[in-house]
Amino acid sequence: MKVRLKLFSVARDLAGFHELEVELEQKARASSVLDVLVQRNPHFKDWKPSLRIAVNQEYVHADHALRDGDEVAIIPPVSGG
Amino acid sequence: MISLTLHPIDIGAAINQVITPTSGGLNVFIGTTRNHSFAREVKLLEYEAYEPMALHTIEQIEREAREKWPIYGVAIVHRLGRVPVGEASVVIAVSAAHRNEAFEACRFLIDTLKREVPIWKREHFVDGTSEWSGAKPAKKAKLS
Repeated sequence: MKVRLKLFSVARDLAGFHELEVELEQKARASSVLDVLVQRNPHFKDWKPSLRIAVNQEYVHADHALRDGDEVAIIPPVSGG
Repeated sequence: MISLTLHPIDIGAAINQVITPTSGGLNVFIGTTRNHSFAREVKLLEYEAYEPMALHTIEQIEREAREKWPIYGVAIVHRLGRVPVGEASVVIAVSAAHRNEAFEACRFLIDTLKREVPIWKREHFVDGTSEWSGAKPAKKAKLS
């Protein structure tokens, strides 16, 4: 399946891109995208515990099952206000 | 009224939005750019958002506040882009029949916004450097 990955703030800086279409295995979970990011930049490993994941603009748990066409966002610790 | 804006926030407009004939008072929280962060001199803050999700999440927390307190008008405006020292980055105005509900709901809205809404601030320091606020990897954060 293909998902559209969106990165913000420090996650975008670490990855070096804001948006990317990624190909994942059929039974991919939300956490699968983090594994993809760790492969691209090992520093993501240190960040993993503090990153949240949103699918189609809703926060999800790491084991959330992804579907083809999902918009998956990596949400570093937020700091609005 | 919920909005994200690249321009200075019209605080008066946000307040006027929430005044209703049934309101006995309103509470306003205004977050402004502070000139220091952990003893470092700050020149300005730069905000970015995952905009559609930020709007959607603010709508959710407004709904939650309305379920918890009998409030009337709610205005939540967050500025994006560069916000110089002294200018407002966020304005939350809440009206209710009585002050307690307005105070409590307003506090809940700003506290929850800061925890849940996908908006990030980058601190630009007077010395020319900049960094994402509070952005430390979990491992290092535990040590500090």
